[in-house]
Amino acid sequence: MAIEDDVLVIGGGIAGSMAALSAAEHTDRVRLVTYKQSTLRSASGLIDVLGYTPDGTGPLADPFDALEDLPDSHPYQRVGTDAVRDALALFDEITGDAYAGDHTETNALVPTHGGTVKPTARYPAATAAGLASDDRDTLLVGFETLPDFDAPLAAAHLEAAGVPFDTRGVTLAFPGIERDDAKVTRYAHLLERNESITMGTTTTGAREALVSLVDAHLEDESRVGFPAILGDDHADEVRESLADALGVDVFEVPMGPPSLPGMRLEDLLYDALEDAGVRVTSGVPVVDYDSETVAASETATADEVAADGGSDRETPGDGERIDRVIVDRNGTEIPHRADQYVLATGGLVGKGVRSERAGSAENDATGVVFEPIFDCHVPHAEDRYDWFVDDAFGEQPFARFGLESDRELRPLAADGTLEFVNLRAAGAVLGGYDFAAEKSGAGVSLATGYVAGKRAGEEVGE
Amino acid sequence: MSDAEQPTDDHGPGTDSDDEFEPIQVFPEAEEMDLRPGADNCYKCSTCDTNCPVAEVDDEFPGPKFQGPEQWRLKRQEDQDIDDSVMKCSNCMRCDSACPSEVPLSQMHNTARAEYVEQNMSKFSREYWRNRMLANYRTLAPLGAMFPRTANFVTGLSVTSWLGEKVMGITSERDLPEFATETFREWWTKRGGAKIDNPDKRIAYFHGCYANYNTPEVAKALVRVYEHFGYEVMVPDQSCSGTPMFANGMLEDARRATETNVSELAAALEDGADIVASCSSCSMSIRQEYPELFDFEGTEDVASNTWDAVEYLRVHEDLEAALADASVDDERFEDFAYHAPCHARNQGLDGQTVELLALIDGVEAHDVGDSCSGISGTYGWKEENYETSMKIGEEMFEHMEHADAEQGLTECPTCSMQMGHGTGYEITHTLEVLAAALLESEPSQSPSSAD
Repeated sequence: MAIEDDVLVIGGGIAGSMAALSAAEHTDRVRLVTYKQSTLRSASGLIDVLGYTPDGTGPLADPFDALEDLPDSHPYQRVGTDAVRDALALFDEITGDAYAGDHTETNALVPTHGGTVKPTARYPAATAAGLASDDRDTLLVGFETLPDFDAPLAAAHLEAAGVPFDTRGVTLAFPGIERDDAKVTRYAHLLERNESITMGTTTTGAREALVSLVDAHLEDESRVGFPAILGDDHADEVRESLADALGVDVFEVPMGPPSLPGMRLEDLLYDALEDAGVRVTSGVPVVDYDSETVAASETATADEVAADGGSDRETPGDGERIDRVIVDRNGTEIPHRADQYVLATGGLVGKGVRSERAGSAENDATGVVFEPIFDCHVPHAEDRYDWFVDDAFGEQPFARFGLESDRELRPLAADGTLEFVNLRAAGAVLGGYDFAAEKSGAGVSLATGYVAGKRAGEEVGE
Repeated sequence: MSDAEQPTDDHGPGTDSDDEFEPIQVFPEAEEMDLRPGADNCYKCSTCDTNCPVAEVDDEFPGPKFQGPEQWRLKRQEDQDIDDSVMKCSNCMRCDSACPSEVPLSQMHNTARAEYVEQNMSKFSREYWRNRMLANYRTLAPLGAMFPRTANFVTGLSVTSWLGEKVMGITSERDLPEFATETFREWWTKRGGAKIDNPDKRIAYFHGCYANYNTPEVAKALVRVYEHFGYEVMVPDQSCSGTPMFANGMLEDARRATETNVSELAAALEDGADIVASCSSCSMSIRQEYPELFDFEGTEDVASNTWDAVEYLRVHEDLEAALADASVDDERFEDFAYHAPCHARNQGLDGQTVELLALIDGVEAHDVGDSCSGISGTYGWKEENYETSMKIGEEMFEHMEHADAEQGLTECPTCSMQMGHGTGYEITHTLEVLAAALLESEPSQSPSSAD
C-alpha cells in the first residue's frame, strides 16, 4: 500500500502552497509534502512581480508592461501574463485584508530596513502606512538590541534616495528585553501578550511602556515606522493599539531574516491549505521515486522551446511516468502515490537545486549542478569557475541555475524531451531568471505554482 | 535517515544514499563526535530560532543556533565550557525540522547537554539527582505500580508535593500521574499473550513506560486494533526509550536503556516482526536519536524498521477504507481538540490524526495549531521551568478553549498531562478512538478508568 492522492506537491513555500491550492480547485485529493521550513522565513513578506528588467532598467512603474519583453526562457514567458494576473487574483482572495496593493497594476514603493526603496506589487497591511510615495513626514524607531535596523542610517538613506517627505531615526532600548540576542519572536510575544514589565519603580504593560518611550521622541511626524516585530498571530491588534495610543499611523519596515512578515505569510498560506482540504505532511523529505515508461500515444508533445535561442524540439515516442515517490520518515521509507506531481523545492537557497565538485582532485575545477529528487536536467557550465563573475552585482550565472520547462512547466531533459509526463515544476527550482536582481521571486513562485497546480489538477480529471 | 547521518550535500546523482553510515561512539568522550559538517552547513538564517518555544518566552535562552553550531565552534577553543543555558533547552526538537540547511541541531544539543552534565554539573547537587530521578522514571515506576493505590494516595497528598518542590525541585503545581491498578504487561500476561498467531504479519510493540504503568488502555487499544487486522502482537522485554535521559543530558543512562532495547527489538526483527510504538517520543527516539548517538549492533536496522503505530497500519493496511466504513456513536468520542506533539511533527505525522479521524462517521478532530504544549517530558516538571512551560502552553490552551470540543486528543503522554493540566479536559489517545471505531462490538475502555 502507498499513501494515495491525486496530486502530490513537493515543497512548502509560496510556489508549493499555490500549486496545492490551485490543484485543490480542480481535484479532491491534494497532498503537500515539505521537508524543511521554507525560505519564507528569510523572505521580506513582500510580493514582487517585477521590479527591474533583466538588463537592470528600473525601478519599473508597471511590471506588466515589462513582462511581454522578457526573454523566452523566463518563467513568466512560459506561463504568460494572464497567468500572472490570475495567480495574483487567487493570492488576493487567499490573503484578504492582510495584504494591500491590489487596487492598481503599478508597483508600490516600500522602504526597507536598509533605507532602500523596493518596487513591489503586494505588501502586508502592516507596511501600508509606510509607502515612500506617501508624502507624510516619518519617524523611524530602531532598538539597541536589534542592530539589523539602524533607524538613523535608514532615514538618512531614504532622504538620500529623494523620498518626498522628511524622515528621522531614533534608537531606543526595547522595554522588557534585557539581552542582546533576544529572538524576534520574543519581541513579538512580549507585545502580543502585552506582558507586564518593570521599569524603574513602576510595572506596566509592554505596549504602554513602548508607547511612552516613543511618544517622548515624536515631534510633528504623522507616522512611525518600527522594525517588523510588532506581533505574530495578532500583529494587527498590536499595531492598532500602538497607533491609537500614539495618535499617529504605525507601520512596519520589512527586515532581513528571520522575518516575521514572512512567517505570517506562511501562516496565511497554510490556513488556506487547511481550508481547501489539502493534506500537509511536513518535516520529511522525498528521497526517491519509481517510474514506468508509457507508450507514445499517452504522452503529450512538448511545445517549442526557446531556452537555447529557439530551436524546435519534439518529444519522441516514449515518456517516463512517475508512479510513486518515497518519503523518508526518520529512516522509514513511506511510499506516496499520486496521478500528478509538482516539484516546488526551491532554488540554491532552498536546496531544490544543489551543486558539488565533480572530481575529487584538489585542483579539479569541474562541478555538477543537479536537482536531487528526480535528477532533472539543470543546464550549467562544467567548469565551476564559469558559474560566477567577479563583480558581485554583475550578471551571475549561478543565479539563473534551475530547470528548463515547456509551457506547461514540465521539466525538459538535455535533449529537449520531457523528463516525465506527469511532473511539473514551479518556483525557484526553475531556471532562466535572476529573481534577486529583478525582484521577481514571489511573483514567479505565485504564477508558476498557480499554473503547475492548475494543470495538474485539471489533468487528474481528464 | 536524519541529517546527522547525511551531514553534507551528498544527495547527488550517483551518490548512494544507502551508504553505510558509521556513527561515532558518543561515550566516553562526547566531544569526539565529529559535528563539523553539520556546523559548517549552518548559514545563519535563524529559522531555528524562530521555532524555539523557549526563546519566544524567555530571552535568557540564547536559542538553538547558539546551542548548536555556534557553541560547537566556540568549543574548539580548549578553555570553553558548555554554557549552562543548554539545560533550558526543552528537547522539543522543533529546530530539527525547521532548519533549511540540514544542521543536526538536536544531536548537537544532546551532545552538548551530555558534556555539560558530565563536566559542569556537580554529582552531589540537588539538580543532578532530581534530573536523574525524572529521567529514570522507568526505574521508579515499578515501585509505584506495585502498590498503585498507596502510591496514588501518597503522591496525591499536598505534603508530598510540598516536599517534592522543597526537597527535589519538582513543581508542586502539577498532579503526579496516577498509576494504573494493573499494568499493561500484567494484563498481557494474564491474558496469555497474543490471541493471534501469524508468522506473516507480526509486530513487536514498544509500549514505553507510560502506556504500561499509567495508561494501559492505550496499549490495550493498540493490541485490539492490530489483532483486528490479523496481526500477531509481540511484546518484547524493553527499557525506557531514552527520551527523558537525552533531555537531561544523562547519556550514560540512555546508553544502557538503548542497549537493552536494541538487542530485544533486533531479536524481534529476526522473528519477522516490524516494530511499532504508540508514543510519538518513543518512536522519535528509536528512529532518530539511537542512530545519531549510538552504534550498538542492529541499531540501524531497529531504527529503520520502527513505525508510529497508526502510520504502520496506514501503509500496510487499507486503514482509510476501514475507517470510512466505521462509525462511532459515543459522545465521549464525538469532538476532540487535537494537539500534534512536537515529536510527531518532526516525524511528518502532524497531519495524520486529523486526516484519518475525518473519515470516521461521528468523530471530529479539531487541530489546535502548531504550538508546542510546553511540558516537553520532564522539562515542565522542574520547579524552575514551570512558569516557562505554562507560558509556552498558553497558546495551545487558548486554542483548545476555542475549539469546538470539550476533550483533548494527542499521542504524547506528557503533552496529554499538560493539556489536562491547562484545561481540565479528559485526554484520549488516537488509538483509543481507532479501537472504538473499528471494534464497536467489543467493549471499549473508558479513557478515565484503568481497570
